[in-house]
Amino acid sequence: MGMTAIEKILARNSEQSVVRPGDIVTTKVETAILFDNNFMATTWRKILHVHDPDKVVVVFDHRAPASHVLSAQAHQTGRAFVKQFGISRFHDIGFDQGISHAIVADYGYGLPGTVLLCSDSHTCSAGVFNLAARGVGSPDMTYAVTKGETWFRVGETVRYELQGELRPGVSAKDVFLHLAGTYGDHATLNVEYGGPGLAGLSVNARRTLTTMSAELSVEFATFEPDDVMLDFVAARTDQELQPVWPDEDAVYADRRVIRLDQIAPLVALPDAVLNNSKPVADVSGQAIDQAFIGSCANGTLDDLAIAARVLEGKRVHDGVRLLVTPATQNIYREALRRGYVLAITEAGGVVTNATCGACGGGSLGVLGPGETCITASTRNFKGRMGDAEAKIFMASPATVAASAIQGSIADPLEYFR
Amino acid sequence: MSATEHLRMTGRVWVVGDNINTDLILPIQAYYLSVEEQPAWVFSANRPGWSDEVTVGDILVAGRNFGVGSSRPAARSLKNLGIACLLAESINGLFYRNAINFALPALEAPGIMALFQEGDVAEIDFEAAKITKPERNEALEAIAMPEQLLGILKAGGIYPLLQSENLIE
Ligand code: SF4
Repeated sequence: MGMTAIEKILARNSEQSVVRPGDIVTTKVETAILFDNNFMATTWRKILHVHDPDKVVVVFDHRAPASHVLSAQAHQTGRAFVKQFGISRFHDIGFDQGISHAIVADYGYGLPGTVLLCSDSHTCSAGVFNLAARGVGSPDMTYAVTKGETWFRVGETVRYELQGELRPGVSAKDVFLHLAGTYGDHATLNVEYGGPGLAGLSVNARRTLTTMSAELSVEFATFEPDDVMLDFVAARTDQELQPVWPDEDAVYADRRVIRLDQIAPLVALPDAVLNNSKPVADVSGQAIDQAFIGSCANGTLDDLAIAARVLEGKRVHDGVRLLVTPATQNIYREALRRGYVLAITEAGGVVTNATCGACGGGSLGVLGPGETCITASTRNFKGRMGDAEAKIFMASPATVAASAIQGSIADPLEYFR
Repeated sequence: MSATEHLRMTGRVWVVGDNINTDLILPIQAYYLSVEEQPAWVFSANRPGWSDEVTVGDILVAGRNFGVGSSRPAARSLKNLGIACLLAESINGLFYRNAINFALPALEAPGIMALFQEGDVAEIDFEAAKITKPERNEALEAIAMPEQLLGILKAGGIYPLLQSENLIE
């Protein structure tokens, strides 16, 4: 009886030949990422010993630059920690600033076949690089940083077999909305993405899927490796890559075929991500006050390219605020070089520095009572982006950009004909 | 809770639905407040006033996928509010870890929503994962917490463990 990719990764890192669903395993942690929230006074417990400073990464992203005194203090605490333990992989405000999960991609921190922990729930993002990445809380992070290891409960795996190719104007976010709308939560389960459809998906698009998998409540989201992904990582690290393929006779909780060519633009209705997706047509015409493109899931260069393509030569509708937030300053600079930032800002969009920003409701772009937003970020929970009486619809960057132009929720496909 | 004590609770039941997320348990506004002030905000968006009605020792019964959402210390707020045990059809993996790490007893108990209504009394033998409804003499077997994780829970969570090893202050 074979193992799924994630079972093999957990077995390798816990030095066992076999692991099975139901096992509790202790693994070493190759990469441990702390971010600004870890250093908030109400969360931080002063660390006296770091197992291996070279395995630690520190990123400021949720409130960067600091949005108020508490977050400024968190940054101070983080800088002191970095200095005390000689952490070299530090992403402070400035040149290499960005959202942790996008930093992992930009800098090749996600090594295939290894274990990566970060105390942000979307850490499964790094599963795109064929590793065991999961979000944990601050206590687990503190444990991993001080001891170099952690535990996992091995869950069963659902295999998504991707086939065909997405139509122009349809993106990985729509694939996610299809999965969330059709299958609901995957609590206690892993997901493994693979199949011939991979070939047509960029690393950025795949990473949108693994990042959004946090919303499916997965334990781990992992992609099967291929040359596109391995070349991407190899170009960013000098570490040896040891990818893991699932066994041919791996046992899955379910195997589901997803025909990419049959996916259409979808929107999640306010307050919940799961079992809440509707075709754009069902809500088209719904007036909006704010439109947001950004976050660890949708602040990639692909997403900015799509936004620029839709917005080029158009104007954002009167009374609508369009905010666009690249996920890293690298992406920002590349978007500048390619003219995306100009196209978006000429249309009346506001392009911000790389940060979580409006996604978490913690800093810029906060929603007021009764406002309606359409967002290409990760969550539309009640109160997520500001006031609890604001309504948040969630969709792809193309749908958000098209909606910003129309002033109400709009189908993006006409921009891609 | 001492490490040797067998965990049993009896308490009044509150019931919430599926997919209760961390923004409902620990809203962003509360995130900036002190640890002591945070519990008052639990469910303020979906059940305003609830945190005033809860008393120490109450039991929270929930549907599928409880605690989906962020890594924020939402479990700590439930613990500090006095919730003696969380019983859910299923629990988000990240929330489950935080529950153990902040010493909030939590069990996945498929079938729990059919057994209890708000206001009922529940009796729990935590280590045996046995849940009873005394008034109707009905019982349910939950999924037991693995030994290793139970150890963390009973130690009062991760921080006291790390502290005892001088790894944190
Ligand atoms: S962008 Fe949003 S979902 Fe992603 S890490 Fe930041 S706050 Fe979390």
